[in-house]
Amino acid sequence: MSQEVIKHPGLNLGPTHGKDNDAAERMMSGFWVFMMSDAILFGMVFATYVTSIDATAGGPGPHDLYDIKSVFIETMLLLTSSFAFGMASLALKYKHSMTRLIGWLAVTLVLGVSFLGFELHDFATMFAKGGVPTRSGYLSAFFDLVPLHGLHVTAACIWLVCLVGQIARYGLDTMTKLGIMRLALFWHFLDIVWIAIFSVVYLAGLT
Amino acid sequence: MSIATVSTDPFLGRLSLDSLPFWQMLQHPTEDNIINGCIATGAASMVVIGAIVTVTLLTKYRLWSVLWSDWVTSADHKKIGIMYVVIAFVMLARALIEAALMRGQQAFGLDGGFLSPDHFAQLFSTHGTIMIFFMAMPFLTGVINYVMPMQIGARDVSFPVLNSISLGLTAAGAALVMISLVIGKFSTGGWFGYPPYTEANFSPGVGPDYWIWALSLASLGSTFTGINFAVTIYKERAPGMKLMRMPMFTWTALCTAILMIFAMPPLTVATAQLALDRYLGFHYFTNALGGNMMHFANLFWLFGHPEVYILILPAFGVYSEVISTFSSKVLFGYRSLVVATMAIGVLSFTVWLHHFFTMGQSANINAVFGIASMLIGIPTGVKIYDWMLTMFRGRVRFTVPMVYSIGFILLFVLGGMSGILLANPTVDYQVHNTVFLVAHFHNVAVPGVLFGMIAAYHFWFPKAFGFRLNERWGIFSALCWIFGFMLAFFPLYALGIMGLPRRTVAYTEPSYVPLEWVAFLGALLILAALAGLLVQLWVSIKHRDENRVFVGDPWDGRSLEWSMSAPPPEYNFAVIPVVRGRDAFTMAKEEGVAFQLPNAYANIELPKNSAMGPVIAAIGFAVAFGLVWHIWWMVILFFVVAVVTVIVRGFARDTTRIVTADEVRQEHRRWLSAVAATTAVSRAQECGPANAGLALHRADGVVP
Amino acid sequence: MSEQGNDYSDQWELKQQERREFRSYVWGIGLALLLTVAPFALVHWAGIPRFPLLIVIGAFALVQMLVHFRFFLHIGFKQKREDLQLILFSTLLLTIMVAGTIWIMASLALRMTMPASP
Repeated sequence: MSQEVIKHPGLNLGPTHGKDNDAAERMMSGFWVFMMSDAILFGMVFATYVTSIDATAGGPGPHDLYDIKSVFIETMLLLTSSFAFGMASLALKYKHSMTRLIGWLAVTLVLGVSFLGFELHDFATMFAKGGVPTRSGYLSAFFDLVPLHGLHVTAACIWLVCLVGQIARYGLDTMTKLGIMRLALFWHFLDIVWIAIFSVVYLAGLT
Repeated sequence: MSIATVSTDPFLGRLSLDSLPFWQMLQHPTEDNIINGCIATGAASMVVIGAIVTVTLLTKYRLWSVLWSDWVTSADHKKIGIMYVVIAFVMLARALIEAALMRGQQAFGLDGGFLSPDHFAQLFSTHGTIMIFFMAMPFLTGVINYVMPMQIGARDVSFPVLNSISLGLTAAGAALVMISLVIGKFSTGGWFGYPPYTEANFSPGVGPDYWIWALSLASLGSTFTGINFAVTIYKERAPGMKLMRMPMFTWTALCTAILMIFAMPPLTVATAQLALDRYLGFHYFTNALGGNMMHFANLFWLFGHPEVYILILPAFGVYSEVISTFSSKVLFGYRSLVVATMAIGVLSFTVWLHHFFTMGQSANINAVFGIASMLIGIPTGVKIYDWMLTMFRGRVRFTVPMVYSIGFILLFVLGGMSGILLANPTVDYQVHNTVFLVAHFHNVAVPGVLFGMIAAYHFWFPKAFGFRLNERWGIFSALCWIFGFMLAFFPLYALGIMGLPRRTVAYTEPSYVPLEWVAFLGALLILAALAGLLVQLWVSIKHRDENRVFVGDPWDGRSLEWSMSAPPPEYNFAVIPVVRGRDAFTMAKEEGVAFQLPNAYANIELPKNSAMGPVIAAIGFAVAFGLVWHIWWMVILFFVVAVVTVIVRGFARDTTRIVTADEVRQEHRRWLSAVAATTAVSRAQECGPANAGLALHRADGVVP
Repeated sequence: MSEQGNDYSDQWELKQQERREFRSYVWGIGLALLLTVAPFALVHWAGIPRFPLLIVIGAFALVQMLVHFRFFLHIGFKQKREDLQLILFSTLLLTIMVAGTIWIMASLALRMTMPASP
């Protein structure tokens, strides 16, 4: 049996899911296009940040404000959450038990929320040191980029909870499966954006 | 610094009696205040009266439930397309009146004129904002929405409810701009709202906030539309409809959709950052503390340039369809047109700096972007030659869409040439910010975009509504548009070189006056053109029974949308066609298989109506209005409602309904028997009452 | 729900595929971890001059993004042509827009320096 046709980005359901696999193509492609437009959005905010690094206006700069340990922990949390969602995707595709699927989704959620917790703590620390967005152009740019990512992660976490609700209500019907698959795409996309953030914002800022 | 310097009521925000257009006039009745107050109140009254009349008529004829169930909650691309075009026409009327007011002001501008600078500034800001975001964008979105799914042999777009939501967001943005006539004032910062002028310290009022949120709503709608159209064209094509067999209009729709997807994000970022500056005191674009206004200019034009190609590409697609249909000839150079369209799409992202050549970057950067700007003229030139060669030796008929197309070819080339002139930074330094620039972009926007959209309206109106528009009034309107445009804008080229800056309320140079008067005359002629369109609609509706084209092919069309009844059934095709070449319907007609009875009918699954569109529209409007007037409870409440709505929608499952095979068979048979009973007409009878929508074809292929 | 399919060999094929895809995720996180720890360590401990270090960080980031695309998002050359085209086109546009912005803003910063403000 040959390799299945890859109908869309992300893990494809495959022919064992029958018509759900066909319905997935349109939904997932559409969602992928939406991710590309989101990527441009982030790109522009990145460009603003990079061209605003020197606009500290006498206020605190990267070396005063960034905490490499915290960023490392956040990175690990998000990376493992991506892996966890991958496991959830496999549980969905290969029709494993509901416990397994929801278990991995729960792990993802815990890791995602922990990420947000650490990030909020980081912001609080920055505020305490005078690193508030109204202080300078550089800080405004920082607080556009990183909280924008954080808001996306928050939305993803809320969406995850809603999906678990949909599983509870409808079981794994077509729309619920497609919801999980779209969230998977979203979650991996957010991890990719985070790679850019920890590299361009934090690591580059701390060199 | 930012907000809260004006006292805000916890319930009403910063709404007060002062927000009403006549309040200033009553409090301080100076001559200036009275004139401007009267004009403002007159404009506000039109909005209020218009709303009251609409509500009254709907109530009198008991149309509320029809409006809700057949139109506002419909997920049918055809209905949504029509509603978009209706919005466009309403906003066109307003923006044209504003234009005439501005031209009038400048005709009297030597002595200062009759408008205050503040009022004039609002006029040019609303005129530009409306024309681009609430006239041209809805118009082209509506036309693509209506036509494209039928051209590719599909039943609807990929995401019908999202389509309805996009419409709702656009409508909410338009409503916000309309309400700014009644309550408060609009921005005076022009349609691109440059900071630091639009920052809170220089423009503390509600104007820029109206602008920011109207644009945010509209651009969100357009992003979703772009995604919808792109996925539809990639995934919903009928069997056999390969990419290189698609009609040219669909190709331009695809490139437009791609541009929408990638061009809207920079605008979202720019307006969001300006909002953060204004509301929370951030420093993206402020003068102090590390802000940099050039960030805004850069971001805005990263959006703004692709935006103007979003506007023009569908018009190019319309011209391709119109010119080949009314020349009864296959489109010349299809492949080159496709390549040119894609080239324009990509190149449109490489030229944005030419909107701010004079802002201080090095000559090298200017040169690179200048060369790119000149290069983008080449594929457009290719298209013009292709269209001319399509007409060459064709059976050309001077119907209304064709008149607009010819006007386009003659006038747009001039506008394009003035663009090539401006692409040279050295020249641009001389005429930047003068009315030369205003003449250039109107020269490409009016004969390009607007003529294309009006031609599309005339071309596909019979398909949408089942009867043709009155030809005589159409020609009258077209000629008024063409000559009105020339009179209104050609003088501006001269005035620009003579030194008149754009957006100037008054001037002191007497030699401008005759040219300003010619321009004013042109504006009046354009108002006559608008009136002509309205009269045409009235007359056409009155005589609709004599001009019915139920068979659905009044122009001997070439693509699949002409292969159905007029108006089409809700599901478009009774049976999805199998496509075997370009100009699929012409192919079918020539082979004699155009009106065949299918072997079997099947049940058709259609999307159910959904309240998501109007609900999101209402929520969007409420959040935006609350943000403008600092009514925080409204913002928070409706934002929460928005989140809840989206979540609840996620739980929706029963979203489709079935049209049974029997119903389909009945409707199809009814149409086919009408076809059999109809006399085919030659092209000479195309605009007469004999045309019931069936085209005569001769065996030898000569066009009768 | 995993009762026997039509064929015993179909079940085995499916199991193999699952193992392959599982390994894809394991490889993904393994590589990503390495590609993350390396630049963090370099920044925190190594005394490398700034400009080369920035290039190295950028390179690691780019490679890790590709790892995510390949091993988590399963994007490769066997993709449907339009999806691959979309990703490449998006990348092209992103590059033009971001690089163009940086070029322009840098030129402006050089030529249009504002006087020092409070």
